[in-house]
Amino acid sequence: MSEPHSTPDWLLRAEGISKIFGGTVALNGVDFDVYRGKVNALVGENGAGKSTLMGIIAGIHQPTAGRIILDGNEVKLDSPRDAGEHGIRLIHQELLLFPDLSVAENIFAGSELHSAMGVRMREQERQATQLMERLGQRVDPRALVGTLAVGAQQMVAICKALSQQVRVLIMDEPTSALSTREVESLFAVVRGLVADGVSVVYISHRLEEIVEIGDFVTVLRDGRLVAHAAVTEIDSHWIVERMIGRDPKELFPYEPRPVGAPLLEAHDLTLPRAGGGLWLDHVSLTLGAGEIVGVYGLMGAGRTELLHTLIGERRETVGRVVLGGVRVDGESIGARIARGLFLVPEDRQREGLVSVLSVKQNVSLASLDDLGSFGSLALRRESAEVGTLVRDVGVKVPDVNFPVTSLSGGNQQKVVVARALMTDPKVLLMDDPMRGIDIGAKTELYRIMQRLAKEGIGILFTSSDLIEVLGMADRILVMARGRITRELSRGEATSQALVAASNPHAVQVAA
Amino acid sequence: MTAQLDALRRRVRSSAAEELLGQMKTLHGWRSLLLRLRAFVALIGIVIFFSGVSPAFFTGSNLLVMTEHVAIVAIMAIGETFVILSAGIDLSVGSVAGLAGMIAGGLLNNGLILHPLGIVVWFNVPLVILIGLGVGAGAGAINGVVITKLGVAPFIATLGMLSVARGFADLRNNGATFPNLAGDAKQHNGGFGFLGTGSLLRVPFTIVLLALFIVVAVYIAKRTAFGRRVYAVGGNERAAELAGIRVNRIKMGVYVISGICAAMTGLLITSQLSAAFPDTATSYELTAIAAVVLGGTSLFGGRGTIGGTVIGAFVIGFLSDGLVLVGVSEFWQMIVKGSVIVAAVALDEAQRRRQSRASASASSLIEEVMSSDRPATQE
Repeated sequence: MSEPHSTPDWLLRAEGISKIFGGTVALNGVDFDVYRGKVNALVGENGAGKSTLMGIIAGIHQPTAGRIILDGNEVKLDSPRDAGEHGIRLIHQELLLFPDLSVAENIFAGSELHSAMGVRMREQERQATQLMERLGQRVDPRALVGTLAVGAQQMVAICKALSQQVRVLIMDEPTSALSTREVESLFAVVRGLVADGVSVVYISHRLEEIVEIGDFVTVLRDGRLVAHAAVTEIDSHWIVERMIGRDPKELFPYEPRPVGAPLLEAHDLTLPRAGGGLWLDHVSLTLGAGEIVGVYGLMGAGRTELLHTLIGERRETVGRVVLGGVRVDGESIGARIARGLFLVPEDRQREGLVSVLSVKQNVSLASLDDLGSFGSLALRRESAEVGTLVRDVGVKVPDVNFPVTSLSGGNQQKVVVARALMTDPKVLLMDDPMRGIDIGAKTELYRIMQRLAKEGIGILFTSSDLIEVLGMADRILVMARGRITRELSRGEATSQALVAASNPHAVQVAA
Repeated sequence: MTAQLDALRRRVRSSAAEELLGQMKTLHGWRSLLLRLRAFVALIGIVIFFSGVSPAFFTGSNLLVMTEHVAIVAIMAIGETFVILSAGIDLSVGSVAGLAGMIAGGLLNNGLILHPLGIVVWFNVPLVILIGLGVGAGAGAINGVVITKLGVAPFIATLGMLSVARGFADLRNNGATFPNLAGDAKQHNGGFGFLGTGSLLRVPFTIVLLALFIVVAVYIAKRTAFGRRVYAVGGNERAAELAGIRVNRIKMGVYVISGICAAMTGLLITSQLSAAFPDTATSYELTAIAAVVLGGTSLFGGRGTIGGTVIGAFVIGFLSDGLVLVGVSEFWQMIVKGSVIVAAVALDEAQRRRQSRASASASSLIEEVMSSDRPATQE
């Protein structure tokens, strides 16, 4: 990992940083040291404050309180440009590249090499090639970035940062969209940078990566610093406990349940991808009454497409979907909901909630036909039924007529779950249901899922979080490149097995 | 809502509850009420102002006349409200009104001439009105199909219909008017004038009709599944779709409603004038949209009320008539109207920002209050 060190010195120190957005405390007196020439990992759940802290160090946000010391001097970072002048560069998770510009143009965007005649294209391309070679990459500097694989785009973003003086390189969730092979070459690059004296801040919630690449780890929870250690002294279990503040087994208290007859069956679902290839490649599965099945896979593995196909959103998919013994492929979403299928979508804001409606109206949205005859609504019955459901799933809201936007992420998710329950579902499809909600709400949501399963509802959920899938599912399907590459019972599932089966390259070799 | 909060306060004596209560008060306090009812406040202001300037303004007869003027635009604007609530727009309403008027005028004066058979079919007035409304529904249905099946943006689809419907209105009598729609005793089709000039229990029938449209529209918007779905589609189409709502049907529905309301406006104007002009209701779409927006309906969809639109129509109508009454030049009227509309939308934006800020900060408080509330509810 790194040569033996005595007491490492720090290059940058954030001291007592607090940040308040509106009325929300995002960071509360956090200290964070960036050691010189080391990989400084920063971990925490969604909403723990990682991105805010990095935004402050990169000059995007200004702290409400606290100060930043660089090389012994206090610095003011009022803009990303300020931070850049001090050699602090941030690579965003979304990379923020221009897909229709070339590799060289992207690397020098905003800092073009000028001569009297305009931009020196040749020189930019020459330097771009050099930079990419430094990272061990061979890419045509004239290739359009949009045509490159995500891993190669990541390298372009790193080159962009390296094209100028860089002392602190912040990488925000750099591997979230990468394949295993791409992750390995990224790690090689990171090690090379560190050897050259660059101080790296590495943000991730993937523990296995932190143990592999990190030198130091800092854990944030709810905007506070909860732990700091050298990676050699700890293990992944230690990180999990600090991250979630309790034993992970306690987070997902599992109770075995009997599994009933199959409720949902899919046979040979195949969905072509617009640019060639397949989103879904002959996917078959069954889900029994009272069973919780988790679908694990990386981004782009086809998890969301699978659930969208099952609910009837992807009508171009071929293959059979059988719900309660009846073939439903070819039926509309509404018809499938009427038969007892419901999808809790991945993106609450974009696909789940109608923000202009109240909590009550959001809950009843899919059940309006049952609330009266000839299209007129029985408003009292609506209030009564919604009120019962809202208490049932524990949405924290004083009055169901409150706007749904006044709820926290976890409570908003419960509103969507309540909407699903109001339709009296037999099978619940949940696309990454824990995304972006806090630990407490996660535990509650998991309890609700267990209770529903106990009542005989079949639940098919997806996740890209190993801990969630291992903790919650009775049975796990691993997807990669549109296929189910592995099926594991709760007993035989291990994180290693899931990681191996989700590797898209393994699929290619098999194919 | 306030009752629940009071109950909450009695149970929870935490600072968070107090703070939440304070925020809810600002959200529902008088200042915010004024902001939400700004169109109504503007209306009262207009009435007070013009009553002071001109003694003729606040008289029973003038108010009735002005309300009749308002009704014509308001009915069209009610239909437009459904379209805008669904996050669409209907630019064709003025032309559809003109076309419906011309169709009705032609049927009253000449009947339906079936050329190959060489016979003329005559319709009585209720049937003529139904056919006129049917023309509006048909134009709306075509808008709906073009938007949902061909995937053309509402702005473009209805801009096309604006031109097409006006073209057909002109073609109907080669650009000429159908004058003198008194009907023919022989064909039993007299009495079309009642629609626009008759009265029921001394209330002008136009105003009765407006009341009827308001009641039905409010019922549809507030008390039917269709109405709720219109709000949902306008608020978040994707979410509506995944909740099993047939989004295309809802969209078809709103354009058909808008077409019917536009046709009703066209028939009213035609009846009041007792003549069908091909350029009837030209550029009324802008007045209708202005009334909707003044009434607080968001052009992004999902937010707004029928009542607001009606008040918006009153503001525009009373403002124009008042300016006429005090002898302000027509050109100044245009400037005043335009400014009022832009100011209304600017206020709307301000309110939206205020509300979303309040919601955001309320969310953490609600969480706190509800958590501390839990032990209290178990007793």
